[in-house]
Formats: sequence, structure tokens, C-alpha cells
Amino acid sequence: MTGVEVRAVVQGRGLDVEFGVAAGEVLAVLGPNGAGKSTMMHVLAGLVRPDAGRVVVGDRVLTDTVSGVMVATYARRVGLLLQDPLLFPHLDVATNVAFGPRSGKHLGRKDSRAAARRWLDEVDAGDLAEKMPRQLSGGQAQRVALARALAADPDVLLLDEPLTGLDVAVASSIRKVLRRVLARDGRSAVLVTHDLLDVVTLADRVLVLESGRVVESGTAAEVLSKPRSFFGARFAGVNLVAGRVGADGSLATSWGTTWHGILGDDVGTGDSAVAVFAPSTVAVHRDKPHGSPRNTVEVVVAELDSRGPAIRVRADEQPDGAPGLAADITVESATDLRLAPGECVYFAVKSQEITVHPGP
Amino acid sequence: MTRSAGLPRWLYLPATVGAIFVVLPLVAVAVKVDWSQFWSLISSQSSVTALELSLRTAAISTVLCIALGVPMALVLARNDSRWVRWTRPLILLPLVLPPVVGGIALLYAFGRLGLLGRYLDAGGIQIAFTTSAVVLAQTFVSLPFLVIAIEGAARTAGADYDVVAATLGARPTTVWWRVSLPLLAPGLASGAVLAFARSLGEFGATLTFAGSREGVTRTLPLEIYLQRESDADAAVALSLLLVVVAAVVVIGVGSRALKPGGSGGW
Repeated sequence: MTGVEVRAVVQGRGLDVEFGVAAGEVLAVLGPNGAGKSTMMHVLAGLVRPDAGRVVVGDRVLTDTVSGVMVATYARRVGLLLQDPLLFPHLDVATNVAFGPRSGKHLGRKDSRAAARRWLDEVDAGDLAEKMPRQLSGGQAQRVALARALAADPDVLLLDEPLTGLDVAVASSIRKVLRRVLARDGRSAVLVTHDLLDVVTLADRVLVLESGRVVESGTAAEVLSKPRSFFGARFAGVNLVAGRVGADGSLATSWGTTWHGILGDDVGTGDSAVAVFAPSTVAVHRDKPHGSPRNTVEVVVAELDSRGPAIRVRADEQPDGAPGLAADITVESATDLRLAPGECVYFAVKSQEITVHPGP
Repeated sequence: MTRSAGLPRWLYLPATVGAIFVVLPLVAVAVKVDWSQFWSLISSQSSVTALELSLRTAAISTVLCIALGVPMALVLARNDSRWVRWTRPLILLPLVLPPVVGGIALLYAFGRLGLLGRYLDAGGIQIAFTTSAVVLAQTFVSLPFLVIAIEGAARTAGADYDVVAATLGARPTTVWWRVSLPLLAPGLASGAVLAFARSLGEFGATLTFAGSREGVTRTLPLEIYLQRESDADAAVALSLLLVVVAAVVVIGVGSRALKPGGSGGW
């Protein structure tokens, strides 16, 4: 059981992050493309030397720019599983999996074969041992690649979108395997993903990276239910409005709208805060609604999208550049309203549906 | 068979002319051969000696090319430092250099009075006008062919496999033997074939740097050139022999290795 501490500044890629992964914990890293997720992984794996920073795994210092330590990739015990399985094409499956035990841990031929067998069984791929990589499907290859990474017995496992590009069913069965092996050995892992399911099923904690900075971190449950960053909100599928808390306890945005909601204990007057609410709680009106204490905002419809039994109405970007608000309405009301992109409508939300908590 | 969708028809005209241009001279040689005496012509003492010398030296220089060229190609493919980038054109220069010029350059490097040769000479080692000189001349002109072929293969293969192997705990030397090199096998095979064929046909640099001593430095191309003066029929027969040897190498080893995705052969 070994934890990880990372601090990395890579100027060329605009990366400046600091975070930790507790022993046995799975940390999901979210963020838009180009946020620096892969660079961060490269720093951990020793493929990129940070301009300033430190990587510590357990009690081993792997990178330290102050004392000039840079442990070579092969000696780091940091496993890597990418979207591309990258099985060595000239070796059969069993030899691929035995590569780590044989070349890294210098076990004998027999012992490394046995280790390969064990790990192939572990990922439910024991029957593939004799095959060549080119005979495998994408999902089979990724299973074997996982077995190969685990067979090298890494202290930390880096998973860079390992399930992207696989069939839903295949991805789900590999996710199950991942969950089992990660939970069982108590191995720390860092998982870069774009998939909510990965976070829900695999991650203990979540880190959101935007433009090379950590904008949000917390337990998976926290980030998904009370996101502070726009990326986190979009990922969790909720609306997020950023502003400051006014004297009356409402949230005022920089473009002059106010939002009334349930104020968290940890927000005070004048704090920067975010209002979060689910698209399903948003009602859509053609005309400005009157009466009840509602939050109402005029928006321009950007797009309509069918989501199961509901229709999602996505509005144009908020004036401060944040992602547009979304409303989920029934097919009937969508038909009544006859909405089309470019039209002005009113989004209304009840105060008790909005929670306000501290911003990033 | 692959069918190309929209190749313009007129393209076939220059393509056919080109093909005829290449094949016609080879046919002409075959036609000119005096078949009744073919065997006796190519089995004369001097011919057999020249062929043997050619095959032996070409094989040795191919091995030398592989031993030196594979590391060179990998450094060129994987190291992007300015120093390496600037060296690249220099290393590949023999590709475009007239072989005679190469021979002269070798002479002034390894000859008795050459840059390095004078010290070798003082140490009792003479290279110019020996069989070693033939091997050096062939290696000098063939090396860039092998380097280019393998550099291309290494760039195509990319460094991803090497990275994964390293994360599995393998040291760079282990990665080199178990991953990098096997993945280069197809490129290595085609590069070696190219180098061997180029060595087999080497003429200019060999004549300049090694001379034409029967049994020592007179390879098959040199023998053909000499015979042409005295016995044209023998020259033609030997030319055909050289064509056949080259064809056997290229078709036998080459086409198998040059097949896309083919990793067999080695």
C-alpha cells in the first residue's frame, strides 16, 4: 500500500498542479482536451522531466527537481495502460504478459509464465494465452494489456482513457475487472477519463483539471453532486451558475441576474459561489412567468436534443462564457412550445431546487 | 490484386514506357548471350574467382552495414537534438556522391598517406588495394541505403512500444533486444537486401580505392568491365550472371520482407 504525492510545473505545456493519491485510492482526473492530463501522467511515469516539481511514491522519491533526482521509467514501478493496448505484436499473449516478470523482475522462464497465467485468469483472458495480438479484438487486447501492466507489479497504475473507443458492453465488462483488481490489491491508481460511468464505478476521488490547473477536487460523490467547476458540472450533467453571494443571501452574477437558492453553511456574504441545479428542475416558458418566487432568466435556445423520454433544451453560452444552461422537458411540453434554435424563452427554477455552495 | 478507383488512363502510357525502358536492356543482354558457350564462359577460372570475391565481400559489408547502420538509424530516428539533425545529411551523403569520388575520399582517409591510413601504415596495417579495401568501399556506399530503410521503419514503429516496455520494468538494453529490434525486423530485412545488392554492384569506389587485382580486389563488376575489352561474349555472360544473382537476392529475400506487414523471414 503506497500513496503518491505529485507537484509538477511544466512550462511548455502550461501545467502547474499539486495533488496526492492515498494508498489504495483511485483518483479520477477529468478535464477538457488539452488541459494537461496526459502531460501529468508523463511526469508521473518519468517520461517528462518537470521544470519544477516532485513525485513521491510511498517513501521513494522518483522525481525531485530541487535535488536533481529523476528515476528512470523502468525503475519507477509505475504501470501504464493507454487507450491503445500496445501489445508487442511479435510476442504471443502469454509472453506479452510475462514480459514484466521476466524483463523487469528477472524471474525465471517458468515463474514468469506462471505469473502470466495467473494474471490472464485474473482478467478473464486465460483462454487467450496462445494467441497472437493481431488475432484479438479490441476488448480482448485491452484485457491482456491490463494483465500485462498488473503482472509487472507496479506501485501505482496510470490509466489513460483505457476504455475509450470500446463497445459499451465490452467496456462495462472490463470496468468490472478493473474494479475488482483495483479494489483487491489496494493499489493506487490515477485514471484519466471522459466517462461518468468510470468515475461512478471506479473512482474514490476526483480531480478536475482546466488549462493546466486543478480547479476542483474532492470525493467522487462531492464533485458529482456539488460541482464547483464548469467542467465538473457538465460532467455531472447539472447546471452551474457562478457569482457572488449578496446581502440577501442570493447569488448575483456578473451580468446582473440573481439566483435564490438553498445556501450552504459554508458560504457567507460576499463570497464567490456557484448555484447548482439539475436540468430536470428547469421549466421552460414562452412568456415571462408571474407569481411564485421563482428564478427566471431569459435565454436563447441553442439546440434541442432527445434524451430518452425527455427533450433537452440547451441555451446559448452564459454571458460570462460559461456553458449554456440546460432544461429537460417532456415531449408533450416541447411539442406545445414548438421550440427551435435561435428563439428567446424563459427558464424558471424553484428556489428549493437550487443549492448554492462555495466556488472554486 | 487491388483495383485502383480512378487512375487516369493516360497515366498508363508513360508508366509502360518506363517499364519497357527498364526491362529492354535486360532483355537485350539475355538475347546477346551466346547460350551454347554460356557455361564455359561463366565458369572460367577468373570469372569464378571474381564471383566468389564479390559474394564474400558483399556479405561481409552487409554485416558491417547492419552492425553500424542499425544503431545509426535508431539514433537518427529517436534523437531530435540539433547535433544529430545536422549530422544526418552528412551521413547520407554517400547516397548522392559519385562512387569514384567516394573511392578517392576513402583513399585519402585510409590510404598509405591518408589521414588515418598513415598511422595504420606505421602500425603495419595496410588497407588500400587489399580485399579489406573492397569491403570498406562497399560498406561506404551501401551504409546510407540501410540507414534510410531502418530509420523509416523505426519512425513508423514509433517509440510507444519502447515506452510501455520501460513501464514494465525493462532496462533500455533489454527493451532494445526484446522489443525495438524485433519490431524493426521487416525494415532490417529490406535494408540488408538493398545494402547487399548495392555492394554486389559496387564499381567506382572499389576501382579507385582497391584497384583491380585478380583474386584480391577484382570483383565481378570489375571483371565484366575488363572482359568487355578483350572478350565481349564473356562480359555479356557475366553480366547476365550478375543480374540473376541480384534478382535471386531481391526476389528471394526481398519481396518476402518487403511485403507490407510481413514480419517473417528473419
